[in-house]
Amino acid sequence: MSAAPTSETKPAPPPVETLTVKVDDRRVTVPKLSPDHTGKLVPTTMIQACFAAGTMVPHYCYHPKLPVAGNCRMCLVEFGTPALGPDRKPILNPDGTPKITKSPRPAIACATPISPGMEIYCSTPSVKQMREGVLESLLINHPLDCPICDQAGECKLQEYSVDYGQSASRFVEAKVHKPKRIDLGPRIVFDAERCILCTRCIRFTRDVAGDDALGIVNRGSYNTISTFPGQPFDNNYTLNTVDLCPVGALTSKDFRFQMRVWFLKETKSLCTSCATGCNVTVGSRENRVYRYEPRENEAVNGPWMCDAGRLHYKWINREDRLKEVRVRGEKSTWTAALQEIAGKLKSAPKGSVAIVASARQTNEELFLLKKLATRLEAITDSVPRLGRKDALLLDADKNPNTNGARLNGMCFTEVGINLSKIAAGIESGQIKTLLVFGENLLQHGVRADELAAAEITSETVQKHGLTAELLSRLETLIVSDILPGPTTLLAHYLLPGCAHVEKRGTFTNTKGRVQKFMKAIEPPGDARPEWEFLLELVQSVAGREDLRTLEGLFNRMAREVPAFQGLTWAGLGDTGTTVEI
Amino acid sequence: MVERVIRRIRPIRRITQQMIVERKKLSLWERLYLPAVIGGFKVTLRLFFRKKVTLQYPEQRWMVPDGYRGAPYLVKDQEGNTKCVSCQLCEFICPPKAIKIIPPGPAAQLADRPNAEKMPLEFEINMLRCIFCGYCQEVCPEEAIFLLKDWSHVGTHRAEMVYHKEKLLALGGTHRGLQKWKHKLEEAGNQENFPVKP
Repeated sequence: MSAAPTSETKPAPPPVETLTVKVDDRRVTVPKLSPDHTGKLVPTTMIQACFAAGTMVPHYCYHPKLPVAGNCRMCLVEFGTPALGPDRKPILNPDGTPKITKSPRPAIACATPISPGMEIYCSTPSVKQMREGVLESLLINHPLDCPICDQAGECKLQEYSVDYGQSASRFVEAKVHKPKRIDLGPRIVFDAERCILCTRCIRFTRDVAGDDALGIVNRGSYNTISTFPGQPFDNNYTLNTVDLCPVGALTSKDFRFQMRVWFLKETKSLCTSCATGCNVTVGSRENRVYRYEPRENEAVNGPWMCDAGRLHYKWINREDRLKEVRVRGEKSTWTAALQEIAGKLKSAPKGSVAIVASARQTNEELFLLKKLATRLEAITDSVPRLGRKDALLLDADKNPNTNGARLNGMCFTEVGINLSKIAAGIESGQIKTLLVFGENLLQHGVRADELAAAEITSETVQKHGLTAELLSRLETLIVSDILPGPTTLLAHYLLPGCAHVEKRGTFTNTKGRVQKFMKAIEPPGDARPEWEFLLELVQSVAGREDLRTLEGLFNRMAREVPAFQGLTWAGLGDTGTTVEI
Repeated sequence: MVERVIRRIRPIRRITQQMIVERKKLSLWERLYLPAVIGGFKVTLRLFFRKKVTLQYPEQRWMVPDGYRGAPYLVKDQEGNTKCVSCQLCEFICPPKAIKIIPPGPAAQLADRPNAEKMPLEFEINMLRCIFCGYCQEVCPEEAIFLLKDWSHVGTHRAEMVYHKEKLLALGGTHRGLQKWKHKLEEAGNQENFPVKP
């Protein structure tokens, strides 16, 4: 205060006003105001104070990223506040502590703001009794379908019934039966009997997805979730309601009856369907991917992800995946093919090689390709993919790692401007060798401004001059891809690559966040992670590098590429680090 | 050098000497040999006139006692419908991982039993892996799998010992039990008032 602040110093952030409350005899200091689902600061509630104190409060309708509804009553707790005397001063106990008057009634923790000196009791006998009562009431009409319910294993009603419920049911009357297997939309099936009416799905689609599609109809025991008559629930975020649903009322048509959730191995990974880079958890069993689920990352996707991205995994399990190394159509081995390729590249005159990298490749692979390109003085570029974007998560750029390709110097700010140059180079006979990674060069997509508004395909490629006729003029065409296509058919050397769930690596998203993904399943056949064979190729073409592991490769890239300066594989963590782009 | 080796070996030798058991001297009676032979004959004669305990397998078959844990088979209900709803709890609990269930998936047809939406597309028990522990029967929420009294499993190759759904259902027979899904459907049918008409 005494030193005059210079104009350069930033004003100090205003001190956060805090409150101290007691949760089950544990003192915890929390901010007076906390952000709600829109980020606006609102008074901190008791449930937030309890979570800050590490006390679990069971809840169904409360979700930190949704508006508070307070309708399930599961989070009922008892509380007390300091008693005030007639002079509005706290009455003190003989030992000097403030006297607490316990509220005669319980309160729902999710919607009651805290006040200074408040004491919250989460484990008193009456709280336990209230939880039992709420669960008993919820189970009255719940059908106990668990053996045929997809939610079993990740069902909050199951979990809380075990943790807080009664051991046996007292209900002898007939349950109210409601319709089952209601088709709510193209991706959602609704089971009205199982619904506990927490309205999470309604609030999500209204307040987060911005599509007021769902509502509650009918009265009393006949309450049920419904869409407007004739209007399907089909926005691009519907499958989030399946995650949000605490019971098995909303189930995904795609995952329905596919596999019980307790068998799924969960691997931290990323969604590759656009440049947003939503964090996902891959559920796989016995080398098959069953589902993607969003993984919370405040800096990228919050707890959500879009339906298009979530269903963008099926190609991984496809039967026609490339599984063999092929040299001019004949089955070959990695050693033989890589030796031949290295020989050709070594003897290629400078400037006669072009590399078309893919912005679906990882940072490490693009770094290795750049090393190769520098050595061969090759012209490089990548293929842009553009599509529809929206206000929530979907990005117009459908490549997961365009920024990685830019930062590694494989393409310019405008992706794809070198493609016509490469085409001209092949035409003039200057370029004789072409390396293509994961891209189908013969696909001529539409331009961004020609896109239909409804189109959300990730296969849209901008126009360029490369044709099959041009590619057949090449002396050597080296293609690495995952799925067969017109370009792989023309390849002289075909190297089968891996889907991102079959290898490890990092992507740089549209905001410059470098995030890593882990390996969930084994690649099919002879397919190998691209970084592995690229490393071998770089070592035999450009000289030995003392690198073996992906961690080492990433750390080397972080040292050599200025944009990634200071990053380490271990330092990335599960949620990544943002770099300057 | 040699001394060092000897020093190492010495304690070992001491231990081996302690482990040697002295052979007891036989008495005269034992050395006579014939009393032992006669004793043996006595046992033979006694068992010769007893009831036979051996069976003329395979003409005669062993009647297993109640509670015997034989092969696990799938059962049908009294109306001939598959009881299994493919909840995969048995697959989960199975200690030797002998059970493999392929769930129906979203596109598959509904169960042959009214009101239960699920039925296994394929159900396999590898009888070579099965240890007949009975956990599958214990865990089944639908009373759909039972350990019956079959104890003789033969096959000419490994693939034959993997029992498929049809075979398991054929071997399992019928189990008359609670038809919970049918009751649910009846209960729902009695409630004509849903959805509520305006």
